[in-house]
Amino acid sequence: MSFNDPHGYKKNLSSPYTGVKGWIDSRLPLIRMMEAEYLKFPVPKSLNYFWSFGGIAMFCLIGLILSGIFLGMHYKPSAAEAFNSVERIMRDVQFGWLVRYLHMNLASFFFIATYIHIFRALYFGSYKAPRELVFIFGMLMFLLMMGTAFLGYTLPWGQMSYWGATVITNLFSAIPVVGDSILLTLLGDFTVSDATVNRFYVLHWLLAFAIVGLVVFHVITLHMTGSNNPTGMEPQNWDETLSFHPYMTIKDTKAMVLFFILVAFILFYYPNIMGHSDNYIRANALVTPAHIVPEWYFLPFYAILRAIPDKLGGVLAMFGSIAVLFILPWLDTSKVRSCLYRPIWRICVLLFALNFFVLMYMGAKPASDIYVLISRIGTAYWFLFFLVLAPLVGYLETPRQPVTISNYIRDKKA
Amino acid sequence: MSENNKPRRDFIKLASMTLGGVGAASLAIPFISSMQPGKDALALASTEIDLTPIPEGESLTVVWRGKPVFIRHRSQEEIQIAQETKIEDLIDIEEDSVRVQNDKWLIVLGVCTHLGCVPLGQKTTDSKGDYGGWFCPCHGSHYDTSGRIRKGPAPKNLEVPPYVFLSENRIKIG
Amino acid sequence: MIKKILLAILFINFYTFTFASEAKIEIPKYDWSWKGFFGTYDRSAAQRGFKVYKEVCSGCHSMNLLSYRNLEDLGFSEDQIKVIAASSLIEDGPNAEGEMYERDALPSDRFVDPYPNANAARASNNGAYPSDLSLIVKARPKGADYIKALLMGYVEPPQGVTVPEGMYYNAYMEGHQIAMPAPLIDGSIDYDEGTEPTLDQLATDVTTFMAWAAEPYLEDRKRLGVKVILFLLVLFVLTYISKERIWRDVK
Repeated sequence: MSFNDPHGYKKNLSSPYTGVKGWIDSRLPLIRMMEAEYLKFPVPKSLNYFWSFGGIAMFCLIGLILSGIFLGMHYKPSAAEAFNSVERIMRDVQFGWLVRYLHMNLASFFFIATYIHIFRALYFGSYKAPRELVFIFGMLMFLLMMGTAFLGYTLPWGQMSYWGATVITNLFSAIPVVGDSILLTLLGDFTVSDATVNRFYVLHWLLAFAIVGLVVFHVITLHMTGSNNPTGMEPQNWDETLSFHPYMTIKDTKAMVLFFILVAFILFYYPNIMGHSDNYIRANALVTPAHIVPEWYFLPFYAILRAIPDKLGGVLAMFGSIAVLFILPWLDTSKVRSCLYRPIWRICVLLFALNFFVLMYMGAKPASDIYVLISRIGTAYWFLFFLVLAPLVGYLETPRQPVTISNYIRDKKA
Repeated sequence: MSENNKPRRDFIKLASMTLGGVGAASLAIPFISSMQPGKDALALASTEIDLTPIPEGESLTVVWRGKPVFIRHRSQEEIQIAQETKIEDLIDIEEDSVRVQNDKWLIVLGVCTHLGCVPLGQKTTDSKGDYGGWFCPCHGSHYDTSGRIRKGPAPKNLEVPPYVFLSENRIKIG
Repeated sequence: MIKKILLAILFINFYTFTFASEAKIEIPKYDWSWKGFFGTYDRSAAQRGFKVYKEVCSGCHSMNLLSYRNLEDLGFSEDQIKVIAASSLIEDGPNAEGEMYERDALPSDRFVDPYPNANAARASNNGAYPSDLSLIVKARPKGADYIKALLMGYVEPPQGVTVPEGMYYNAYMEGHQIAMPAPLIDGSIDYDEGTEPTLDQLATDVTTFMAWAAEPYLEDRKRLGVKVILFLLVLFVLTYISKERIWRDVK
């Protein structure tokens, strides 16, 4: 092609490589892309180990998809067979117990990694301009993760599966006028039933792959802006950056191996510690367990749901508590990103993290007076944090002047 | 100083890469193993069959490990044909005597050795092929009264499953 | 500093769970052979436990996730298992005439249920459904400890507590009322020479059997776990050194 291309719409066919590599790369520019984005990609020198959790979460996702594929070869999505097919995987399929326990526990560890990752974003202001879309794609993933986890938890067809699905799908009946018909459409029957588990199985797969799609967008947007770092300052020159490989690859690998030691310890010695014993009882549509609790990663949101005495109000509060995260980039009015230089906001963020655990604890407790009261205070703080503190503190607080990446590293060494 | 350390550093890097690779690769073991038949399938019961209801010259099809097993009560004539076939005429050379435990009863897997179809010849009305045994309609393989391949694309004789006679008229397959 | 808080939080988080599922009734802790990193099931206890299940529990409680062939894992021989299986009848069919028929169970069959269906089970037990025991140890918060405590928890009700007709008092049952009469007493099973069939022994044995039944792959799991963790520790040391070396020149 030799015509003039003033806008640069034509693709660049000349590859920096020669031989077979060059031949492929000039037609499918994956090699130069991987090199630019993963080998040479400049990242700030000052990243700490908090920055390893994105990669760790991604490997959890890969593990979940792999183990899910092999579980799917044996699992039967029907009310009559689901429970027994899971037990057949555990007892009769070779290494089936390992594949199933891996899937079960990786789901929890995926949430652990993701929660740490989100905390990192909050603490160091990674959601702030120009990284708003990185954060929004992250939040979308978080939402889909919760959906996937909920659908997946229904599949073993134990008592908690069944009643968890019943309670959560009933949230939709809180919607005025159309709520009941939405519920029927969702369930495909008048209760959680054979039709429900069958479609939940399909949707569990669908959402899992939708997350993979969003990972791509998350990474593309991240690589437009580059990583944030503890100072919240952009790198001023090449000396303040390191190439992704080998510096970050080895650092992340080290962190990941440590993380997976913890995974292995739980997986092989306490595989059921993050689950509920009632889920080893076959689903029974006529008997509700005495004490229904969702999986641990939903507990804070469950506490928010129960904190509001009104059905619709509770549902709105729960979904609202996630919705406010999406607009955080615009709620926070501060010019400074990192909590290291924001004394008041720093306390707010740490309190938010503490509040998260308080709510988690409350979510696991029966809905009696004192626990509901604490849940209400926690819920109030959740919304106060986003809707009032984020704009107000950014406005009123006098942040310290952030130091450059080079100075930050020098100070840290000293 | 860094010059001295260079070889060691390379060794450690190499070792961690190798070990990491081995670890990732060994993850494939449980995954691939999980695709193999489960313990329940492996433990599937052996089948016991009562031969008394099969009249001479007729056949019965039973299922063992999900596959059809042909049991033919051979007539004197069929036995004779099977035993007197010349070795030179066979594609997969096997004497009739090594294929049966009792001349009257021929027990073979009803799976064509070409591509796994089930041959015809069990019902009295079926075509039994040119050699009086079975005929596979998929690609036209002919088997004789000893279940041996005589004509067509199949390379081997019909397989004889492991079985024992529990009594004169009772066998156990598997 | 932040890292430390985070680690602490991570563990509190696991902790909440044990907390949340804790019953108000104090369940005693017993010593079990399969606890710990290298724990294994006590085979002779589990074998005796199977005898207890067979002679007592199986009258009412099914265990239908197990097959007779699984007993090989407990040290029963193939011939012993054939005899055990053949002592139950199972419906099979249809035969060539299109009729269902009964035959002796085979090692490949699941444990035969004591009742033809759940309604029959309820009808024979005052309306209470005797739970399937295949997973019972995993299906209760305190697992084996709870099962053993329950089996030994039939005591005289405290003064002032009345137990309704058809119910029994149990110290460890939630609400203290249980529809199952005391299944085991001292000497209710004949053991071979050498083991005294005390209530404690019977309860320990049958609980061991049920723990094995709930998780027969526990030993594989623990054995593999040691190897995987050791492997990862070595890999961690190597990546740790590599990281230090690669980052040494970064100023």
